[in-house]
Amino acid sequence: MTQAALSALISLRAVSKIYGEGEAEVRALDGIDLDIDDGEFVAVMGPSGSGKSTTMNILGCLDTPSAGHYYFRGVDVGALTRDQRALLRRNYLGFVFQGFNLLKRTTAFENVELPLIYRGVTKSARAPLVRKALDAVGLGNRERHTASELSGGQQQRVAIARAIVTDPALLLADEPTGNLDSQRSREIMELLVSLNRDRGITVALVTHEPDMAAYARRSVRFLDGHIEADDVHAGPGGA
Amino acid sequence: MFLETFLLAIREIRRNVLRSGLTTLGIVIGVAAVIAMVTLGGGAQEKVTKDIASLGRNLLIVIPGAEQRGPGSIGGTMFKLADALAIERSVSGIDAVAPSAAKTELAVYGNANWQTSVNGVTTAYFTAREWTVERGRAFDEGEERAGRMVCVIGATVARELFGTQDPVGTSIRLGRATCPVIGVLASKGQSSFGSDQDNLVVVPLDAFQRRIAGNEDVSVIYVSAHSDQGTTAVQHNITTLMRQRRHIPDGQSDDFRVQDMREIAKLVEGTTVILTALLGAIAAISLIVGGIGIMNIMLVSVTERTREIGIRLAIGALEREVLTQFLVEAAALSLLGGIIGISLGLGISAVAAPKLGVPFVFNPLIVFIAFVFSGAIGLVFGFFPARRAARLDPIEALRYE
Repeated sequence: MTQAALSALISLRAVSKIYGEGEAEVRALDGIDLDIDDGEFVAVMGPSGSGKSTTMNILGCLDTPSAGHYYFRGVDVGALTRDQRALLRRNYLGFVFQGFNLLKRTTAFENVELPLIYRGVTKSARAPLVRKALDAVGLGNRERHTASELSGGQQQRVAIARAIVTDPALLLADEPTGNLDSQRSREIMELLVSLNRDRGITVALVTHEPDMAAYARRSVRFLDGHIEADDVHAGPGGA
Repeated sequence: MFLETFLLAIREIRRNVLRSGLTTLGIVIGVAAVIAMVTLGGGAQEKVTKDIASLGRNLLIVIPGAEQRGPGSIGGTMFKLADALAIERSVSGIDAVAPSAAKTELAVYGNANWQTSVNGVTTAYFTAREWTVERGRAFDEGEERAGRMVCVIGATVARELFGTQDPVGTSIRLGRATCPVIGVLASKGQSSFGSDQDNLVVVPLDAFQRRIAGNEDVSVIYVSAHSDQGTTAVQHNITTLMRQRRHIPDGQSDDFRVQDMREIAKLVEGTTVILTALLGAIAAISLIVGGIGIMNIMLVSVTERTREIGIRLAIGALEREVLTQFLVEAAALSLLGGIIGISLGLGISAVAAPKLGVPFVFNPLIVFIAFVFSGAIGLVFGFFPARRAARLDPIEALRYE
């Protein structure tokens, strides 16, 4: 294990992901090396099939590499059991999806509360945390609304509140603006930027839109399972 | 965490009231059937036991006719009064011997008439069959010896002929004979074989033979044994005696029977138990079918909520937490069905028991078993769907449309 692997928040070392066998073998990732430090805002870009979604699943501890190592704060995730990875997600990660993925017929408050329940936070301790998270995304007045009573942009804000309510080390956002119009998309991106800047939450954003990637300070471009480019630039959230 | 899971399950059930209701229907019907069967069966059993007791304790019944398959008694000459006297004289361990003869006659009083069984008996009959006289009196040995025609009537005959009027002191007509009513018997109700025990008129045997039957036959001899320990010995001694008196050579079978009421009681009780067990088994099968219904709906529910499960897993739910959630949901659902079923079953029993003429016997044990069992059914049949939910791949689950 290199020194970089220990100091970085996450480190991918020669990570490959292979689906199928023999003739049908598909190398979704082919020997990727990637480090992300605490406090970064990284955009993962690339056309569909480039391996960015696979990378996201591995970073999110939802999937494990076929070969190579993924270190999260120096812990080799590939060696963990399914439940250990679930605990890692519970305690360190937050997810924002393209399709919002809120629980249907459930209020904004209850959706945001969910990760805290799994963390074993008591009911009385949960309420202020949920309110704080909803306030942070500007939905403090919508806590009793169910998902279906909220607009797409508002639903995504609830999803972000759910992701940050546990103060995660890493926020993974998979095409968070994919289902939103450009105005809502800008609002969501600005929200992510402010969370990164003001609260120091590390953000990894998957997108295929350069407009959205521009909000990040660093963009990693994938092509055919390889990292094609890794640029640091000054986005709106940058220095 | 468990309370949270439970409340979550209740919320999920309430979100789909119609579907939850239909799902639990199988359990509701199964549990209700089991409760109703066992409760009514218990009532029927208690009634049989009571009925047998009302027939007379330690009672042996001697009737002519060989043991045979099917009803009725063919063959075997009728007894005579002398047979009863012989039993009384030479068999030990008995309290009373009551010879009896019967004939169906039309009883008439004024404009009212009623088909009833007229029984010619001796005073011992009241002891052996444990009849008590509610109004008036029974006839005594003097009247019996004198061949007086007096009658004691059953509660049904009193009701049908006299209504609310007091029958004692009046006279009724039995066939061609006229008979003053001197007493009314206390009601015994329906027998477990369905016959009305109160539909009878009792007259002294001698008068019956001369005035009504026109012969000296005795069709039944009731023998009341001294204690229930001795009935087998008494039964054996009567058999030996009657074989002698009826000149039955060794090796030839009896042309009469000595029935022990306790054996009949056991037989009837056994039948009731078997019937209850059989119906209970059918009900249990419907419970299992109900369980499969729950499994079915839980599988549908798991499929329908694949995305939700994906979200929960992504957020960091452990396998066992998802498993518990769905297990608790299944158990809560079937417990709910169980509770409704128990109430329904008890309700049905309470309504049906009086109509079937059996007492309502509340059996707390079966209610408890039904409650626990319905919960267990939820756990057993909910396990497979719950495990399927817990083992979902979060990536696949989140992608599920």
